[in-house]
Amino acid sequence: MIENQQEIADDLVDTFEMFDSWEDRYGVLIDFGKKLPPLDESDKIEENRVHGCQSQVWMIARPHEENGQTTIDFIAESDALIVKGLIAILRKVYSGQTPQNILAFDIAGLLQRLGLDQHLTSGRRNGLDGMVRKIKTLAAQHI
Amino acid sequence: MFDVQKIRADFPILQLQVRDKPLVYLDNAATSQKPQQVLDALNHYYTAQNANIHRAVHYLSETATRAYSESRESVRALLNAAHESEIIFTRGTTEAINLVAHSWGLQNLKAGDEILLSAMEHHSNIVPWQIVCEKTGAQIRVIPINDAGEILFDEYENLLQSGHVKFIGVCHISNALGTVNPVKEMIAKAHEVGAKVLIDGAQSVPHAKVDVQDLDADFYAFSGHKICAPTGIGALYGKAELLNAMPPYQGGGDMISSVTWEKTEYNVLPHKFEAGTPDIAGVIGLAAAIDYVTKIGLENIAAHEAQLLDYATKEVQSIEDFQIVGRAKNKASILSFVIPGAHPQDIGALLDARGVAIRTGHHCTQPLMKRLGLSATARASFAFYNTEDEVDVFVEATKNARKMLL
Repeated sequence: MIENQQEIADDLVDTFEMFDSWEDRYGVLIDFGKKLPPLDESDKIEENRVHGCQSQVWMIARPHEENGQTTIDFIAESDALIVKGLIAILRKVYSGQTPQNILAFDIAGLLQRLGLDQHLTSGRRNGLDGMVRKIKTLAAQHI
Repeated sequence: MFDVQKIRADFPILQLQVRDKPLVYLDNAATSQKPQQVLDALNHYYTAQNANIHRAVHYLSETATRAYSESRESVRALLNAAHESEIIFTRGTTEAINLVAHSWGLQNLKAGDEILLSAMEHHSNIVPWQIVCEKTGAQIRVIPINDAGEILFDEYENLLQSGHVKFIGVCHISNALGTVNPVKEMIAKAHEVGAKVLIDGAQSVPHAKVDVQDLDADFYAFSGHKICAPTGIGALYGKAELLNAMPPYQGGGDMISSVTWEKTEYNVLPHKFEAGTPDIAGVIGLAAAIDYVTKIGLENIAAHEAQLLDYATKEVQSIEDFQIVGRAKNKASILSFVIPGAHPQDIGALLDARGVAIRTGHHCTQPLMKRLGLSATARASFAFYNTEDEVDVFVEATKNARKMLL
């Protein structure tokens, strides 16, 4: 069953809005990050690196076919916790979605609603953009 | 009398609130903030002095030319160079080192020659020499350090005995560790084997009195922006005999005395190395900054910063798992650290949420990080306008970050 991306996004915004300070919002990201399932050590190879990040990020995305419908699962990990929290947000809205949904989803709008567009340093923002690009590229290949 | 609150009032940016918190700016090793006196000098230049310097006959050009050359005297006095002509304005330390590497290096180095660089050099004192080595066949040898981040002087002396060492590049103060290197002794040893020495003074000039004649440095480079001046301006000191013998680094206007299609005669020092319209405003801003810190007194600045470093070094002991990186006995006001299990980037982000600005990463010293077995550190660096109260905010914020991340 494919989850509704908009509902997930709204839930994330609700969660963030419960906290006023950026320290507490980082706290949310850190909690997400701590719960992020790990990537196998064998997958932490150059081929899976996402460049543009100050911290190290590895990401793998796999198409999954069931009942004639393709969805894409992806998993990623970083050595920095806040980045892991950002990965968790991307997973919530992207993983398990159809390529069409992935390409159509307004990620910039979500980041803006979460205030992340203003609070991420440009280095981290580049890394996030790198991950989104990689997911979308893969999605486009499976349409 | 050194009154830190009075000094802080000179810096408009220090009154800022960031992330709804009072700014605690502890990224001074990256760049310093600018006092109103420097901002006023820039404003005055553009509102009352702006014209291109040299050659023109009109009033404004004469005013700007005079201000520009008086600024060179300020830099000469700051470094206690013997002559104004030994001060070359550059974009900063990086350009100054590139100038020496490309001009002196390409002229004087050949295959088999050795360049010694310390293990704690900034990339800007590594990469220009690698480029020169590729072109000349010279080789870089690394002066090793101990785990505290101090140069192993015996090893340095051994390296000098190879008979091939022509040049030594070393930072006066390490930007990543705060180590103050024994550059005077290193220069003396280098001169015994006939090698020339460049001191990267990016971190030292803002924090201590430097005397290039006492050090007997052949070249000394620094950046204005770390000593309260604008970005994009710095200077290279070089002994006149060396600079005179070196070919120009860049060609253009101002660096010539006559040009024909057949042959160009170069200008005298310092103009030979200042091609094109220089950063006149930056130079004037640099002079204002030098005037500002000189009036406070570099000795007073050094004393205040030493006190801050001592206080911070003591206070961080209350943070569990806090490990200081760089424990040299002779250290400037740079506190590099790691908390195992917490990524420096996360520590930096959480401190930023409390308005505390520090730097995280490899500090442009990747070979040093590798030597220390680290990929990155977090770094707080103190300036004369910082206070013990700010150290307290930093310590509390770091305690909190640790709690959130571990």
